[in-house]
Amino acid sequence: MNDFISKVVQDLPSSGIRKFFDIASEMEDVVSLGVGEPDFTTPWHIREEAIFSLENRRTMYTSNSGMPELRDEISRYMSAKYSLSYNPDRQIVVTVGASEGIDIALRAIVEPGDEVLVVEPCFVSYKPCVIMAGGVPVSVPSSAENSFRVTAGDIEKRLTPKTKAILISYPSNPTGAILEGRDLEEIASLLRDRALVVISDEIYAELTYGDAVHTSIASFPGLSEKTIVLNGFSKAFAMTGWRLGYACGPVSLIEAMTKIHQYVLMCAPTIAQYAGIEALRNGATRVDHMRREYNSRRRFMLNELRKMKIDCFEAKGAFYLFPSISRFGLSSEDFCTRLLREQQLAVVPGTAFGDCGEGHVRCSYAYSIDNIKQALSRLREFIKTL
Amino acid sequence: MRNDILSLLEHNAKLTPEEISVRLGLPEAEVRSEITKMEEEQIICGYCACINWENAGSDFLTALIEVKVTPARGQGFNKIAGRIARFDEVKAVYLMSGGYDLSVIVEGNSLKEISLFVSDKIASLESVLSTTTHFVMKTYKNHRIIFEQDGGDERMIVSP
Repeated sequence: MNDFISKVVQDLPSSGIRKFFDIASEMEDVVSLGVGEPDFTTPWHIREEAIFSLENRRTMYTSNSGMPELRDEISRYMSAKYSLSYNPDRQIVVTVGASEGIDIALRAIVEPGDEVLVVEPCFVSYKPCVIMAGGVPVSVPSSAENSFRVTAGDIEKRLTPKTKAILISYPSNPTGAILEGRDLEEIASLLRDRALVVISDEIYAELTYGDAVHTSIASFPGLSEKTIVLNGFSKAFAMTGWRLGYACGPVSLIEAMTKIHQYVLMCAPTIAQYAGIEALRNGATRVDHMRREYNSRRRFMLNELRKMKIDCFEAKGAFYLFPSISRFGLSSEDFCTRLLREQQLAVVPGTAFGDCGEGHVRCSYAYSIDNIKQALSRLREFIKTL
Repeated sequence: MRNDILSLLEHNAKLTPEEISVRLGLPEAEVRSEITKMEEEQIICGYCACINWENAGSDFLTALIEVKVTPARGQGFNKIAGRIARFDEVKAVYLMSGGYDLSVIVEGNSLKEISLFVSDKIASLESVLSTTTHFVMKTYKNHRIIFEQDGGDERMIVSP
């Protein structure tokens, strides 16, 4: 039946993470720092609200763009948290995870042959989504020298008359880098007068540590008119399995996205939407608690890596560190494969997130300190052999 | 800073000042001296382990005794509470609002031992008006730790 599979899908590269998953799942006693989701369970008050919604027979479809109460809460949250103003009736669509937001944002704007700039290293689905939307992904590598903060200069070099959009995501999965201050301002000025759409995936916004504060690119003058902000509940509220996200942006773009969303998905899961309302109304304390916990693990892991003389910039967002392993003379993929086979420790090669991730590995600290300790002692053993 | 140190220690009293300093991003010497000061100021009153005695094979029993008392002139409830607290069998004493005055947590090796202790040592005190004993049948959670945790890490080994 292979003949029936479209050329586009046949040509999509399979995910570098998938391959690792296949090897790791065959092995026993694997310790992992390879997971891209919180280790916390969704806070009980949120789960309890979902159960209550079921008890109350809330099992039907909701409005396409999501329950009005939820959109109201999202609007309030975006305003209070990031000083972004969105009309809940026309500028917000509730999606099935931020992942759906990426897909429908691209499909809403991309014409065949349009170029979409993708800041790398990045989440694995950006480029495939661009391709499936008929666009041409153009990598904008960010550099290790600049701690993986993309610069206006990096972007400007890749702008062409065909550039339709730029996909950018900070705090970053996989690097943990954040964008702030001058860097962000310069990017905003560069993009302000260009005829393009900015798709800003801010799913990790709540997980910004220390004195750093997340600033959305949409909050700069002239940018909100052209920016689709993607966010969701997965990371901040530990709700990955609920599949609940949202997109906020200019009326015309959100309307176009909602059109696709209504035909493809009808609406986000109702039970998750009830949970989402509770999360936004009463979840702040738990989010603070989880953020503090991640931050303490982040410092711990960074300190341990540096003790091992592994070079790592201080990432201030998400729950990843992106240390350099180039001094060991192995490619990222070889390093990770050998680490997995020889010490049963799973970390993800930087190249799974783009070519410029070469020489790095992604280590998640969404694990208990005990797990991190065990993992790092395996890493210590491994590098002794190199 | 004190509260950050306290909340780490409350969850894990085994953490060393060095570990705490890394996790909070504070100088180790400062953490060490703050802990010492807090011990001196009786903010940190002790360090103990959270034990599931059932798993240790112990038949140890815990009871919660509701005690109604007549407060002593000039000393309120403190005198009688202090007196009850001195018994080794008593794990905790709280002054309560509501239907009774003191909540006393008692530990013992058998129903009989605890009952005897309550009638001999507590009920017999002059200012005690009455006692009601409730035995703990099973501990589900203590010190924020759920005793029978369900499942381990159920996430996939690697994910994007």
